[in-house]
Amino acid sequence: MSIQVRNIRKTFGDFVALDDVSLDFPTGELVALLGPSGCGKTTLLRIIAGLEQAESGQVLLDGDDASGTHVRERQVGFVFQHYALFRHMSVFDNVAFGMRMKPRGQRPSERQIRDKVHELLDLVQLDWLADRFPAQLSGGQRQRIALARALAVEPRVLLLDEPFGALDAKVRKELRRWLRKLHDELHITSIFVTHDQEEALEVADRVVLMDRGHVEQIGTPEEVYRQPATPFVYGFLGSVNFFHGRVEDNALRVGDDVLPSAQQEFDAGSEVIAFARPHELDLLADAHANTGVAARVTRILAFGVTARIELDGLNGASGQHFEVELTQQRVAELNLAEGQAVRLIPSHLKVFERNGITGATA
Amino acid sequence: MHWERQDMSASRTFRVLPGFRLTLGYTLAYLSLIVLLPLAAVFLKTASLSIAEFWNVISAPRVVASYKLSFGMSLAAAAINAMFGLLLAWSLVRYSFPGKRVIDALVDLPFALPTAVAGIALTALYAKNGRIGQYLDPLGIQVAFKPLGVLVALVFIGLPFVVRTVQPILEDLDTELEEAAASLGARRWQIFRHVILPVLLPALLTGFALAFARAVGEYGSVIFIAGNIPMVSEITPLMIITKLEQYDYAGATAIAVVMLVVSFALLLLINGLQAWTASRTGRER
Repeated sequence: MSIQVRNIRKTFGDFVALDDVSLDFPTGELVALLGPSGCGKTTLLRIIAGLEQAESGQVLLDGDDASGTHVRERQVGFVFQHYALFRHMSVFDNVAFGMRMKPRGQRPSERQIRDKVHELLDLVQLDWLADRFPAQLSGGQRQRIALARALAVEPRVLLLDEPFGALDAKVRKELRRWLRKLHDELHITSIFVTHDQEEALEVADRVVLMDRGHVEQIGTPEEVYRQPATPFVYGFLGSVNFFHGRVEDNALRVGDDVLPSAQQEFDAGSEVIAFARPHELDLLADAHANTGVAARVTRILAFGVTARIELDGLNGASGQHFEVELTQQRVAELNLAEGQAVRLIPSHLKVFERNGITGATA
Repeated sequence: MHWERQDMSASRTFRVLPGFRLTLGYTLAYLSLIVLLPLAAVFLKTASLSIAEFWNVISAPRVVASYKLSFGMSLAAAAINAMFGLLLAWSLVRYSFPGKRVIDALVDLPFALPTAVAGIALTALYAKNGRIGQYLDPLGIQVAFKPLGVLVALVFIGLPFVVRTVQPILEDLDTELEEAAASLGARRWQIFRHVILPVLLPALLTGFALAFARAVGEYGSVIFIAGNIPMVSEITPLMIITKLEQYDYAGATAIAVVMLVVSFALLLLINGLQAWTASRTGRER
């Protein structure tokens, strides 16, 4: 089932949580709502579920306006960050809850309920835990039970609010892959909220990036990572280095230093901010070269396939930190030492106009 | 074998909480001195009666009528308090309204008020010519000097118990649970019945037990409003006082023994019930 939200606005006191947000979630896709805390992603999810009311705007489920429908009639499965399992009920009773709460006429028989619960517990691979209580389960198991419980009422859409947020890194990674597999089997339209960019890029068919109540960009993981539409998206997805500068002919002036840049979009003299990923920077060992931004090596992390070099800016870029990723071979060539002054040369720069920059961070 | 031994000695040596012997010793000594010793004296004094005498004292019609009144009204009062205490706690936790703090403070008033003051105030209100009594009387409802008056007094003094035991549990109750239940299609009543009530039940039972225990032992507020009419509105504690005033100490303690045993049995039952509900919720106790 498709979900559309139209011009949703929601405020909490003076705080604008969602400002005129419109989005389409196509049928059968797994979409991630990604953004920093306070960006409105959870509020949007709760409005879609009917747990929160928007001040204005509409939620369309399958084309029908659901804005006035109570959460219990929306047929949405909701999974909470902290599981929200009923701790006085066994795992079995938790999963059976939704079916048992149905009006007498629609309620399946106890036998049908039993079969369905075991089917769902099989699906989440936890059938052997049916008689346990939630307190006796690990976090990962609890979240899988919560998911089985949500699926038991055969929801038209599945909404997950930071489903892996309370789990440790290893379990989180495991469950991520498992959720993706489950979605490929069930093809139920799903939206999950996360602040973890890796999680969003890895699991989702489509990523919606949000910041301060606005949608910044929508696209496949590859699109948003390769072609960030705004400085915010650039800064939020992965590590990034940035340079404040002014456009000159075929170059970018950063303080006293000059970066070669072939971009044509901006007129000479405009104030810009330029981004480069750590692997898009190279170092020049000659600190007195007349090109590149001056910086000093503070730390060399040489483990792993590539080496990571941390630097502090000098001259115009002082007070700024940079991160550069080089091959081990290149590090050996440069013969780097901590404390050495070098120059940063970008192989690729993504340039944005400085006006209206929304808090991009390195 | 060798390994097991080491484990056992380790668990003995490294106790995380310090002072086990000291605290347990202190607890037992204190409990003996303050609770068990006086109670033992009651049993000892009663033992000076022969079995036939004992039976005569405790089965006298007036005394039996007082048991019925005392225990019956105490249970009824505790039940009423459980219901309305829950309601009150719910309102105090879930909603914000002007004067909430004042109401919150008022709940404790029955704890603080001298019971005689409460008794006199209630009598003045509910007597035939009282502020409330004058309206109830034409309807054929008499409160003061009737069993109903006893109930009113016991409800009054037992009110804080349920509110104060349920309130913290209700405050801790995650609203996500209710949201989860609603998203699974449960209606309001079903959410209360299947999600909220089971979590509150142990605390509710504790409050019930406390309110009941307090009501059984209550004397000051009840004797004013009860009117103390033999066979109608005499409570058991009054029977004990009456015996004492007649210097019938053994008779007084005999009735006291009955009260003690019945109260203890009922409290034990309620505690058992509470442990059972708690274990059903998957918690260890």
